[in-house]
Amino acid sequence: MSTQQVARARRTSTSPARARTRSAGPPGEPRRIAYLYLLPAFLVYAAFLLYPLGRAVQISLYDWDGNTLATWAGLDNYAEVVTDPALRAAFGHALVLVFFYAVLPLVVGLGLASILNRARVRGLPFFRTVIFLPQVVAMVVIGVAWRRLYAPDGSVNDLLRAVGLDSLARGWLGDYTAALPAVGFIGTWFEIGLVTVLLLAGMGRIPGELYEAARLDGAGPVREFFAVTLPSVRGEIAVALTLTVIAALRTFDLVYITTRGGPGQSTSVPSFEVYNRAFQQGRVGSAAAVAVVLTLIIFVISFGITRVAEREGA
Amino acid sequence: MRSRPTTLLAAAGLIGAVALSACAPGSNSDSGKSSAPTGQVSTDPSKMGDVTLTVWDQEIRGGQKAQITELNKEFQAKYPNIKLDRVSRSTDDLNTTLKLALSGNTPPDVFQANNGRPQMGSFVKAGQLVPLDRYADAYGWKDRYPESVRQYSSYSTDGKTFGTGSLYGLPQVGEVVGIYVNKAKLQKAGVSMPQTWDQFQQSLATLKAKGELPLVLGNLDKWPAIHVFGTVQAQNVQPDAIRKLGFGQKGGSWTTPENTKAAQTLVDWVDKGYLSKDVNGLGYDPAWQGFAKGKGVYLIAGTWLQADLGKQMGNDVTFVLPPSASGSPAATGGTGIPWAISSKSKHPDAAAAYINFITSKDAMAVLAKTDNLPIADTAAQQAPNALGKDVFAAFGTAVQKNALVPYLDYATPTMSDTIGAALQDLLAKKATPQQFLDTLEKDYSSFVSSNQ
Repeated sequence: MSTQQVARARRTSTSPARARTRSAGPPGEPRRIAYLYLLPAFLVYAAFLLYPLGRAVQISLYDWDGNTLATWAGLDNYAEVVTDPALRAAFGHALVLVFFYAVLPLVVGLGLASILNRARVRGLPFFRTVIFLPQVVAMVVIGVAWRRLYAPDGSVNDLLRAVGLDSLARGWLGDYTAALPAVGFIGTWFEIGLVTVLLLAGMGRIPGELYEAARLDGAGPVREFFAVTLPSVRGEIAVALTLTVIAALRTFDLVYITTRGGPGQSTSVPSFEVYNRAFQQGRVGSAAAVAVVLTLIIFVISFGITRVAEREGA
Repeated sequence: MRSRPTTLLAAAGLIGAVALSACAPGSNSDSGKSSAPTGQVSTDPSKMGDVTLTVWDQEIRGGQKAQITELNKEFQAKYPNIKLDRVSRSTDDLNTTLKLALSGNTPPDVFQANNGRPQMGSFVKAGQLVPLDRYADAYGWKDRYPESVRQYSSYSTDGKTFGTGSLYGLPQVGEVVGIYVNKAKLQKAGVSMPQTWDQFQQSLATLKAKGELPLVLGNLDKWPAIHVFGTVQAQNVQPDAIRKLGFGQKGGSWTTPENTKAAQTLVDWVDKGYLSKDVNGLGYDPAWQGFAKGKGVYLIAGTWLQADLGKQMGNDVTFVLPPSASGSPAATGGTGIPWAISSKSKHPDAAAAYINFITSKDAMAVLAKTDNLPIADTAAQQAPNALGKDVFAAFGTAVQKNALVPYLDYATPTMSDTIGAALQDLLAKKATPQQFLDTLEKDYSSFVSSNQ
C-alpha cells in the first residue's frame, strides 16, 4: 500500500459510521418542537448578542458623542474607516499580528508537537503543562512582564549585550521598526502553547498502524509527517487557526498595556481605536463603525478557514 | 447547503434587533433642565431634612482615600440627617461608566467629572450638570478659588467654550508641572540652582559635559512628553496664547515662530543627548523610579510624584517652578478631578453643601495632612516634609501669580492622541518641528471650525 492509499483507507473507514447516523434521520421530536427547545438559548443569545450587535450597527450610522442626541451620518463613519490613513494603518497592523499570532505559532507548534509525539519523551505531561502555561496567565500580567523585558535596560537587552550584540540592543517598544514585531512576538509566545497542545491531542489520536504502514513503505520521518501526521490533524489546525487569528485581530489588552499604539501610531490596532474613540474621544458612532468592520473581517476570515478545512477534509 | 437556515435566522434576528432599537441613539436621554435654576439657595445642611446623597468618586488610592474617608466621617458626624451613599471606582472605571449613568434616570447626585471636553464639556452640552455660580456666591468660593484655578472647570452654558463662563465643578487638589532637582548631584557637579531659563539650559550643557544624565524622561506611555513640551512652550509663548490653544478656544495658532522655537528646543535637547536614551522606549514609572534612585539630575514632572519622591530621596530633592525666561513664571498645571452635581439631583442644595464641606478651609488641612496638594489656601498649610514644603510653595506662587497654563491635550477631544503621537515622532526625529506643528494645527483648527 502506498502512503496515499493509507490515507484514503483511513478516510473511508470513518464514512460508514457517518452514513449510519444520517440514514436514521434526525432522532427525537419533530422539527417544530425542537425549535421550542432552542427558544430559551436563542432568547439569551438574542438579548446579549444579536440586540447589542444590531444596536452597534445602528449607532455606527450616526454621529454620536455618547449622551446628547445623535445626528444621522449615513455611511460617513464607514467612509472614514476606508479613507483615514491612520485607521487603515491600524487594520494593516492587525494583519501583521495575524502572522505573529497564528502563522508563526502554527509552524513552531507543528514542529514541537510532532517531536513530542514521536519522541515519546518521559514526563510528557510536565512539558505539555510548561508549554501551555502562558495561556493560564492573564494578558494584562503578560503585558506588564514583557514591558519590563523589553525596557531599555531590561532582560532582552541584557541578554543581547551579554553575547556581544550591543548594536541590536534598543528600547524595543519605542523603536519605530521594532515595536510592532516586538508586540507580535509576545503573541507568538502566548499562542504557541495552545496550538501545540491542540495538535498534540490530534496527533495522539492517529492510529499507530498508519505510521507502521508508512514506514513499511519506506517513508522517512519527513515523508511520514507530510503524508500521515499533517492530513490527520487538519481539523485541529483549523481550530487552532480560527482561535489564534481571532485573538490576533481583536488584540487590545496587549497594545493598551505595552505601547498605547505608539511610538507615533506604529502599533495602533482596530480594537484599541474602538476603545479610544468610544471612551476617550466621545466619538461613539465612529467607534461602532470600526467595531462593525472588524467584526465582519473576523467573521469572513474565520468562516473562510473553516470552509477550506471542511472542503479539503471531505 | 447546511448552513443556510442558521444564516437566515441570524439575518432575521439582526434585522429584528435593528428594528427594535430604531430610535436615534441618545433620544431617550432628555437633556436635563434647559434653564438654570434661580432663586435663593439653602446653605444650612442641618435644616435640609432627611436626605440621601449618592456620591461617585475615584479617591481610592493612598492619600486620596485617606482624606475622603476622614472628610466623609466628619460630614456624617456633623450632619446626621444627610446620609452619604458612597460608590468609589477607579479613574478608568468612573470615566467609562459616568456617561451612561448621567443619561439614565437615576444618576448620582455628586460625582467627579474630568475637566476636559470629552467629559465635563459633553455633560454641560447635554445639560446634565448644575451650574454652580449661585453656590459659589453663597459660599464665597470665588474668594478662595482664584480665576486661574476656576478656569479649569468653567464652560459656556452650551458647553462649547472651555476655560470661561459658568462654574460646573470644584476641585479639592491642585497640580502643577515643575522641575524636580536632585540637589546633591547638582552640587557635586558644581552647578548652582538655575534662576532663569537660560541658566537652566546652560546647566543642561554643563551636566552633560560632566558625564551626568541631565534630564530624565520616559515617554513610552505617550503623555509624559506633553508635560515637558508644555514646560518648554511656557517659556517661549505668551500664557494667553497657550490658553487659547490649550482650551481649544478660537483665534489661536500653533504655527507661530514662538511655538517653532519651543519644538526646536526639544529637538536640540535630543540631539545634544540631554534626555534619557531610548526616550520613547522607557516607561514613565521606571523613569521616575530611576530618578529616585539617583539616575539623572532633573525630572520635569507633576506635583503628584511628591509623596513618592519625598519618601525615597529625603533632603536630596527639591521642586521648583520652571525658571522663567521673562521674569514672570509660567507652568503647565491644573486641578484634580472636580466635583460636580447632576441636574437631575433632587437635592442640589445638599449636594452643594457636601462639596463645600470637602473643599472648606478645614478640609484643606486634612488634604495637606494626607499627602495631597490642597488647591486653596495652599501656602498656609503644614507640609508633610521638606519636599512637600517646596511643592506647596511652588503651587501657591503659581496660583498667586496667575502662572498656570492648561494641559495641551485639553484642547480638543482628539488632541490627547494627536499630540502624544506627534511628540513621539518629534523626539524620534520622524517629524520636523514644522511637521509637528502642522499636525497639531490641523487637529486644533478643524475642531475650532466645527465647534462654532
